[in-house]
Amino acid sequence: MIESLLSIQSINKCFGAARASNNFSLEVGRGELHALIGPNGAGKTTALNQLCGEIMPDSGRIIFDGRLITRMPVYRRAQLGLARSYQITSVFAHLTVGENLSLAIQAHQGHSFRFWKKAVDDPVIREAVLPAMARVDLEGRADVPAANLSHGEKRQLEVGMALAGQPKMLLLDEPYAGMGPGGAVELTKLIQRLKTEVTILLVEHDMGAVFSLADRITVLVYGQAIASGTPDEIRTNPAVREAYLGDEALVSP
Amino acid sequence: MVLNRQTLAIATGAVFFLVLPGLAGLAEEPYLVTLFSRILIYALAAVSLDLMLGFGGMVSLGHAAFFGIGAYAVCIFSFHGFEGTPILSWPFQLDGNQSGLVLWPAAVLLSGAAAAVIGALSLRTTGMHFIMITLAFAQMLYYFFVSLEAYGGDDGISLFSRNTLPGIDLGNDIQFYYLCLATLAVFLFFFNRLIHSRFGMVIRGSKENERRMKSLGFPTFRYRLACFIIAGAGAGLAGALIANQTEYVSPGLMHWTRSGEILVMVLLGGMGTLFGPVLGAATLLLLEELLSIYTEHWMIFLGPFLVLVVLFARRGLYGMIAGSSGDHD
Repeated sequence: MIESLLSIQSINKCFGAARASNNFSLEVGRGELHALIGPNGAGKTTALNQLCGEIMPDSGRIIFDGRLITRMPVYRRAQLGLARSYQITSVFAHLTVGENLSLAIQAHQGHSFRFWKKAVDDPVIREAVLPAMARVDLEGRADVPAANLSHGEKRQLEVGMALAGQPKMLLLDEPYAGMGPGGAVELTKLIQRLKTEVTILLVEHDMGAVFSLADRITVLVYGQAIASGTPDEIRTNPAVREAYLGDEALVSP
Repeated sequence: MVLNRQTLAIATGAVFFLVLPGLAGLAEEPYLVTLFSRILIYALAAVSLDLMLGFGGMVSLGHAAFFGIGAYAVCIFSFHGFEGTPILSWPFQLDGNQSGLVLWPAAVLLSGAAAAVIGALSLRTTGMHFIMITLAFAQMLYYFFVSLEAYGGDDGISLFSRNTLPGIDLGNDIQFYYLCLATLAVFLFFFNRLIHSRFGMVIRGSKENERRMKSLGFPTFRYRLACFIIAGAGAGLAGALIANQTEYVSPGLMHWTRSGEILVMVLLGGMGTLFGPVLGAATLLLLEELLSIYTEHWMIFLGPFLVLVVLFARRGLYGMIAGSSGDHD
């Protein structure tokens, strides 16, 4: 078995009587694109939030890159190389594309208690901004306010910011949500390219995208991982068919 | 530099403030110098609030507390300096002083320290809770000084004479005016560097989306706290100046209505702009001065004016004058 970059070990999280995570475990190997799927309300976002540190699990352990991160604050996990792109695009609308990216780069260059020098003119940051823009196909748009970007471009910027700190693992939370067909094609190309550079955990509703992109898939139902395997194994798994997809035929290859 | 509306507006303002004492002399209205010193000092307090409000997104209703601490620090030290008695004899001997070189940094440090404590507690909350908790702390300090009988309690305490500074006669109103102007200019310059620095970027990012900043890897709390402390220290410096200007300090200086007044200056002038708060302070104090000639209920006229500005000028009066591009970026 490949060495795990991320290991979530039977975490539990209850909100009142609702068990959002029920002995949920997940292993993501280095370099793979792992997809997390599940019906609405299965606890995908809760799992992701626990992974990022926005909420703490009631019990269980999360190990990332050989370190126990279960109780670590959000920013520490990010500094360790766990980067998240949000479901609702959350770029800084008042800042330009260049400023958004320079902020993301700055986060990984030590403390920011520097009060004097203009950040965007800092050569250390400037050198990193150009490749960061190129990486998500936003060349030449440095001075455009993020608010003026199209929905697809905002997504690209969002991913670009997550990538700017050279993360070990990228968490993509429903990147296809609200995306038109054209944008979706672009995004698939982008993710295919990123796949070769960074480990990705993809949480997604779009089955077509998941089955074409993922190396392995984990299916989450009622807060529990009911199956984990390659797309083919998942497609033919009877428990998955029953619990998640009903009698409908699974996406054909 | 291109001569646009914004540059023109700033240059006009700068020239106006520079020649004002001369104009006042010509018009034989020396009172104007005093009035405009007051405006400059309140402008300093408003600019410091704008740093945390307009750029950091922290709406505080307790900013006058730091203003008051700065003012009281100066008065209490001077009082003991004048009497030649120690402020503290235990755990260490602390003597009074009358030199601005000692007192003003002390005022800045003390108000900064108070801001560190209040900020560390208040910044654990957000939104309405933050407003209320800053208000509560300010009111606690207000009542603390009301009950401080040794220093005048409710009645406040007088400064026997203005502080001393080498080379400058603070007792001279015109020299004092230029000192206030220089202080404000230096603070504005520092402010401008700050909002574009790495620190400033973190502050502005945290205002827009703190959750995202954390997930990018920023421990936002400490940056917001640092911003709160800088703002508090700035207000403390303004307090040290106002104590010297009026030569009198009372708890009224830190009452929550005073915090509200400073907040109104920022809103009126233009939140999130560099020079807006200066314009706001000038407008509010001049209107107060003018309207109170005709009626003591001048607030009745000021209220609707404020509502109109906030409704129709999104970046305040400064946005109307300097254009919408402003100096945000």
